[in-house]
Order: sequence, then structure tokens, then C-alpha cells
Amino acid sequence: MKKNEDKAVLEVSNLRTYFHTEDGVVKAVDGLDFHVNAGEIVGLVGESGCGKTVTSLSIIGLIASPGKVQGTIKFEGKNMLNLSTNEISEIRGNYMSMIFQQPQSSLNPVLTVGEQITEVLHIHKDIKKDEAWDEAIEMLRLVGIPAPEKKVHAYPHEMSGGQAQRVMIAMALILKPTLLIADEPTTALDVTIQAQILDLMRGLNKKMNTAVILITHDLGVIADMVSWVAVMYAGKIVEQTSIKALFAEPLHPYTQGLIGSIPILGHKKKRLDVIPGVVPNLVNLPPGCAFASRCDQKIEVCDQKMPDLIKLKPGHEVRCWLYQK
Amino acid sequence: MGTSQREKDTNIKNKKTEDDFVVVDNLVKHFPVRGGILKRVVDWVQAVDGVSFTVKKGETLGLVGESGCGKTTVGMTMLRLLDPTSGSVKIDGTNIYDLDRKGLKAMRRKAQLIFQDPYASLNPRKPIGDSIMDGLEIHKIGKAKERRDVMVDLLQKVGMQEYHAHRYPHEFSGGQRQRIGIARALALKPEFIVCDEPVSALDVSIQSQVLNLLQDLQEEFNLTYLFVAHNLSVIEHISDRVAVMYLGKIVELAPCDDLFIKPLHYYTQALMSAIPVADPEAKIERIILEGEVPTPINPPSGCRFHPRCTAATEKCKLEVPPLIEYRPEHWSACWHVEL
Repeated sequence: MKKNEDKAVLEVSNLRTYFHTEDGVVKAVDGLDFHVNAGEIVGLVGESGCGKTVTSLSIIGLIASPGKVQGTIKFEGKNMLNLSTNEISEIRGNYMSMIFQQPQSSLNPVLTVGEQITEVLHIHKDIKKDEAWDEAIEMLRLVGIPAPEKKVHAYPHEMSGGQAQRVMIAMALILKPTLLIADEPTTALDVTIQAQILDLMRGLNKKMNTAVILITHDLGVIADMVSWVAVMYAGKIVEQTSIKALFAEPLHPYTQGLIGSIPILGHKKKRLDVIPGVVPNLVNLPPGCAFASRCDQKIEVCDQKMPDLIKLKPGHEVRCWLYQK
Repeated sequence: MGTSQREKDTNIKNKKTEDDFVVVDNLVKHFPVRGGILKRVVDWVQAVDGVSFTVKKGETLGLVGESGCGKTTVGMTMLRLLDPTSGSVKIDGTNIYDLDRKGLKAMRRKAQLIFQDPYASLNPRKPIGDSIMDGLEIHKIGKAKERRDVMVDLLQKVGMQEYHAHRYPHEFSGGQRQRIGIARALALKPEFIVCDEPVSALDVSIQSQVLNLLQDLQEEFNLTYLFVAHNLSVIEHISDRVAVMYLGKIVELAPCDDLFIKPLHYYTQALMSAIPVADPEAKIERIILEGEVPTPINPPSGCRFHPRCTAATEKCKLEVPPLIEYRPEHWSACWHVEL
């Protein structure tokens, strides 16, 4: 397996993000271990409430009170959780950046896109105004905005969703970060525009060798984009492996259910598989496996103890009692 | 925007058969754009522009397209939730635009709607049981006790319990709310249901539960569906026939299997190739379309897809391609169909 820890840009171990609310402690992310190698695209997949977005916000240091982040997030050798606010600001935008699901609402409506892109340059680099402006135009051209020297003066509302997402990508990548976190970057877009954006991200990943954490609920996007994938359920990774192994041989009953429950173009079947029930409430989870109540392969121990994430074979880890001795 | 400019897709009309339950004929819906101090009409959004199709009894017709293509407007106009600019819609032989208030009310018992957003389509101040019984009360069906029995029966049909009836919408998850919306649509025993993106707001594992439920109910009650969605994989799964829309027009209409094996319109081909397939081994020749969907206020001349089409020629710019049957039941509106 090409999962080689030596060139990892990001190593997350035992990441726990808890929110202390009036109803109790919400363990949004509970003991996450994964790493991302330089230039690699890693996928985090799961349904709403599984903790994938909280994971990304924890990595980039955007969790606010009442949230608490524990564990280690090692980015290029430094633990992000021990850094001061200034040090994190230095990393953010410069070495690590993020794009969000709703590009239109992530951009400042009262500034032109040029002003927003050059702001990144002025914060992190000692650069003259017109040089910054030229760089912004160049970056807009790279992300495929037509007539960038005009569009650089446009306001976000003058752009379509696809163009706004391109601007977000331009802003995120202008300082050539080593890691880009993309949180559902194409969910709000139409399919033909989604194809354009995914194509752009794939191209830029190759060209700039930026590692990407791609967060999505869409298994199609995952299969299309990533080389390594972690499936999350109720704040934990339940399975992680190479993308080929995940689809060829899904081990966890949740992954199996997930793959069976989506209609796949060109593989028409009479009925879809169903995962019964709903995602459990993250406050006061029962002691056993969080998926046990919805699992059709449940055994006695599942209700009593949470299984560990074990390496079943090289490059394939799963958290399920069916595979533990 | 006179009728003279509008080519008529009359050829479909001639194909009408006995078992067509819904017949949509040259449906047009334009919305005025107002501007200036006097709020005068300055332009028209041509949301739906000459759409014709039929839905057979017990069949599911999928209507697919990207945002702004007019698919939701078709669904709304077909149930007369919007008045059309021109054209006609016959449900079970009656032209619904000729109906008076009373006739329209009777028609609504036959045709119902399931909405996209289960969070916005239920009254937050009403227990869901009351919401489900609303239709029965409006149409004065049965006594209070009988209405309750119908409601409980419906709740169980959609996989919920009697005790849920007293609860309010905020107490339910998205998937449960969509089930409630389905139960409400079924209360009047309709024959025809427009499903407007019924699963697009749901998580994948919940999506399959709702899709299976819709299929079961169709079988049990012999329902006829117009299934509006943007997700081609979902459309392929649920539809018997599929209509593909682009900027207010149907560009392709075909039996589901035939469409997915051999799409004839360049837009359909691009749309299909753009879908990320959940199969890492799949080798897809991806056609990445240039640009974005133009505005329906001043849609492109000729074939509306021509500015983004790889095969576009001079003819495509000038003349509107008619919807022609190239293969049995397989219609396409393109000047350059390759068979």
C-alpha cells in the first residue's frame, strides 16, 4: 500500500471534538485516526451528523466554544492544538486552506472577488498592490474563469454558483498550500458544473501537488476523485482503505448498506437495499457499537462494547466485531 | 413572444392512446419580469416553453434536468398551482384549465403533490395527524372517527406509528417528515402524484427507504407518478420513461432503458457522463460541458443548447429542432442525431 507515513503532511491521532451542551456532551468526533500524504486526495464520507465537517473544522482550528478539541493534529510535524492563535493564522491560508459547501455565502458580498483574493496575499506576503492584483488575475485564469481581468472586479452576486466556487478555489490555492480541505465542494452545484469543478480540482491537485481532504456524502464523487477513503459513522471511522478495496470488498455492514442503498447509473436493480432506522442521537450514545441498532449482522457483543478499528489486512481497517477475535 | 415563434410539437399529440392518463399538450409558462418605478413588464422568463408529453396509467415518468430548466414549473402548472400562459393539461380526460372552482376542487382529489423540502412543507403548528387529515376535512370525507382511522392507516402504510399523530413536525427527522408528506398526499386516494424532488433533501440511506416506499405504494394503489428530479441515477432507478429538459424545453423523451443505453441528444449524453459513478473501476469518457446554463429570460436562438454543444452547426443557431421519434418511443430534439 502506498500509505507511507514518512511523507504524511497531516497525521490525526485520537482526535476528539466534544460539544458540552445543556443536554449533555455531544461527541461529534470521537477518537479519529487517519493521515494524509503529500499530494494525495483522501476522502471522508458519511451521512449528515457523522462528524465529517466537525473533523475538518477541528483540523483547521475553527471549532468555537462550547466545542473542545483534544488529541493530536500533526501538520508538517507540528501539533496544531499546541499552537498559538498567531501561529495558526500563519498556517491558515498559507499552508492549509479550506473551501466550503455554499460558495455564495462563503464570499464577502460587499467586496469584489479581486479584493478578497488579494487580501490573502497581503496578509501572508509582503507584496505590492498591483503585483497582488496581477497574481489574482492569473489565479482566476488558472481556475477557468473566463475574462479574468474583468471578472476580478465583479462582486459575488454577479457570479453563478459554479463561478463562485472557482473563486473560492482560487483564493484557497493562491499561496500553494500543502493541504486543501474541501467540505462538500460540489453539493450545491448542478451535475454538469460539478463535473467541471471536480475536473478542475483534480487538475490542480496534480499541477500544484496539493494534498486534498475531500469531504462528501456522495459515494459517486468519492469513487471518482480519491485514492484513500475513510467512512465515518456517529463520530468514528468505521472503515478505511483504498478506494478500490472499499467498493470491491466493503467489510463494515454500514459501508455495505451504504453502497447497496444508492442507485448507480447503469446498474439498474428492482429494489434498493435499505439501512433501517436513522442515525442515532450523538448525546449519550449507548455503550456498544453505534451502528448496532441498524445492523442486520448484529451479534451479542455489539450492544455491549465498542469494537476497535483494527487492521484486517494491509491497507484495510475496519471497526466491527464480526472481524475481531 | 407570440405563438407564431413557437414551433409546435404536434407530432406527440397524434400519438395519444387510450391508456394515457395525463396528457400535456404544448404547455407554456412565462413569468413576467417587472422593472422601473411603474413596475411595468420589461421581460419574460420563459420557464416552460412548449412542452408536450403523456403519462400512462400506473406509469412513472421521470422529468430530469438541471436547476432552472423548468421541471418544477411543469409539475406546478400541471396541477394548476400556477396558471399556464397557454397549452392544455388533461388529467383523466378533463382539461384542468377549463374547470371552475368546484371542478378544480374535485380534480385535486385525483392529483396530488409531494414536495421537495420536508422541513418547509408541513405546518409547524399543527400535529402531523391533523395535517394528514386536512384534505379529508376540506373535502368533507367521512365522520371525524373515520377520518382518524384513515389517518392512522396511512401512517402505518408509510412506516410510522399511531402515537406519532399527536407530535409536531419539528420532532421528526427529514426522512420521517417526507413520509408524513407522502401520507398526506395519499389521504384523498389520488390516482396521479407529482413528486417534486422527493428525496433530494435526504441522506442516502434514508433516500433508499423513501424510494422503496414510493414504489410499494405505486404497486398497491396503481398510482401514476410524475417524478421530478435532478439526479439521473435516481431517475433511472424509478422511472419507466424519462423526459430530459433543458431551458424550458424537452430535449429527449424515451423509455428508461433505451435512454440510458443510447441517449440521442448531446445534452443527455453530457449529463450522463457528468455523473460521478460510485464504481472506481468504471471507465467513463467524460464530456465536460463548457460554460453554464444560460438565463431563460433571453434563451439562445435555435436549439437552446447550441452554445454549449460540441456538435453545434449554423443550423442549430437558426432553427429550433423539433422533437422527432427516431426510434420506437424514443424522441429527441436535435438536428444531429446519430443513430
